Amino acid sequence: MRDANPLLRLSGVHTHIGEYHILQGVDLLVPRSGVTVLLGRNGAGKTTTLRTIMGLWHASAGTLSFDDTDITRAETPDIARRGIAFVPEDMGIFGGLTVQENLRLAAIGGEFDEARLEWILGFFPALKRFWLRPGGTLSGGQKQMVAIARAIIEPRKLLLIDEPTKGLAPAIVQNLADAFMELKAKDTTILLVEQNFNFVRSLGDHVAVMDDGRVVHTGSMAELSANEDLQGRLLGLHTVAEA
Amino acid sequence: MVAAPVPPVTTVTSAPAAVDPLAALPGRKADVVPALVIVAFALLALPLVGSGSTWVTLTLAALAMGMMLFIMASGMTLVFGLMDVMNLGHAAFVAVGAYAATSLVGPLSPWLTSDSALKNIAAVVVIALAAMLATAIVGWVFERLFIKPAQGNHLKQILITIGAMIIIEQLLLVVWGANQMMLPLPTALRGSLVFGEVAVERYRLVSVGVGLLVFASLLLMLARTRVGLLIRAGVENREMVEALGYRIRRLFVAVFVAGAGLAGLGGAMWGFYREQFTVSIGAEVLVQILIVVIIGGLGSVTGCFAAAILIALSTNYVSFIAPDFALVSNIVVMMLVLLWRPRGLYPLGAQ
Repeated sequence: MRDANPLLRLSGVHTHIGEYHILQGVDLLVPRSGVTVLLGRNGAGKTTTLRTIMGLWHASAGTLSFDDTDITRAETPDIARRGIAFVPEDMGIFGGLTVQENLRLAAIGGEFDEARLEWILGFFPALKRFWLRPGGTLSGGQKQMVAIARAIIEPRKLLLIDEPTKGLAPAIVQNLADAFMELKAKDTTILLVEQNFNFVRSLGDHVAVMDDGRVVHTGSMAELSANEDLQGRLLGLHTVAEA
Repeated sequence: MVAAPVPPVTTVTSAPAAVDPLAALPGRKADVVPALVIVAFALLALPLVGSGSTWVTLTLAALAMGMMLFIMASGMTLVFGLMDVMNLGHAAFVAVGAYAATSLVGPLSPWLTSDSALKNIAAVVVIALAAMLATAIVGWVFERLFIKPAQGNHLKQILITIGAMIIIEQLLLVVWGANQMMLPLPTALRGSLVFGEVAVERYRLVSVGVGLLVFASLLLMLARTRVGLLIRAGVENREMVEALGYRIRRLFVAVFVAGAGLAGLGGAMWGFYREQFTVSIGAEVLVQILIVVIIGGLGSVTGCFAAAILIALSTNYVSFIAPDFALVSNIVVMMLVLLWRPRGLYPLGAQ
């Protein structure tokens, strides 16, 4: 995780939500390529970290810089325009809008780049069938496909993806893993929050583990993947990792 | 930066983007149940009213009133849906619209009193447009002064916007005085058209026509334009719209101003309907507007339309059948609708 010129850098970030002090000095570097996985138990502050990066909650202390620009005080739309796409945990699908409209909203000027659309539909072919169906009628897996397709309908510098496999059937999880591998191969930088370690162990390049609102471990996925002691200590994942 | 996308994958045979754009309207099947309930409600009232011609008169009057209520409430429902802003001062825009309209009666009196129907109608159109414009400007100032500082706090919004409504009413009194205001209909729009035993007031037909036109325009705008797409998305999940890079605040101000303008149009129409009114013309319909917004489904234009007609129908029928219950009828309708559909007649994004 040592990178002289990371794409995203969080330094000593504190975030309060109401009276709760959620992030308590997060230091995080996201290198300029590959998949950085943010692991940690429930309530460790992973989602809050993504939302703080996106400007949906503002840091009360510390700094965030993206692509060499300070975004600590930037508003969400400006952060998005700098090239960060966000797939929230609830996927943020507009239920009353068709799949096409959901994607069209994310396309610059409302016009699709046909070649890119074809490329995306190549790994989510199901979306063609639901193209004119309202997002609200789709299953969880289909919604996740729409959410990810929407995030990448334009080239982005960084994708923030929050627990994409949560509640999804294994076949769809595999489909998502394939899609992420393809995105990775296309040099897209991804910051992925995930609880499913098996899902990310082959996908991830870098790892940051959070606990109690701080990053308590950073390193390579290869190192964590090979070291079951470390997995047990950081993630309490003996059984899951062996499964 | 991500590299250019790879060439099209060969397994993709047809580009969905090539789908007929006219087919790109929301693919949800139309929910006709609330509409049928409203029709059934009207038919149920027929035996209770007794006379067929009275029933037709009551129903047409209710449709006209319903259209005006819809025009007054449509902006409020979008503002509520889009930014969760509880603007109880919305009724002040109704009063501003009516007062703006009445101010033009003098300058336009040659046209209003002319024998030419064309001039009559032209005068009414000019008055309606001017009322919309004036109210839109007031709406813009109102948003800056009273809505923006209270963003995100419902209690503050309720207190501040009610206070703002009182301020606006008092300003209207200062400028125009406490007398009854007159907004006489021109000759061409007076009187009735008689079909057999049924006499239909011309102005009611005009109101229904304008209401349908506003409804159709709003639906088309929402369904077919990019701004409409953004409004529909923002009403559902404004955070996500911002995360896609849109400054929803600008959109909100635009919707607020347009909604105020529509309330002004509704106020002018309501003023013409009553022909004389005081500064409380807006506050008098505030409760009905609120009920319409709530039982329609917050943020739903179609729901607002259906609810406005339902409320107007129930008001008219109950006033005729059992006048003592006229006041409670709206509340009873609201309770029944919410027991049946807690999120309103046509809730957004409901599946």
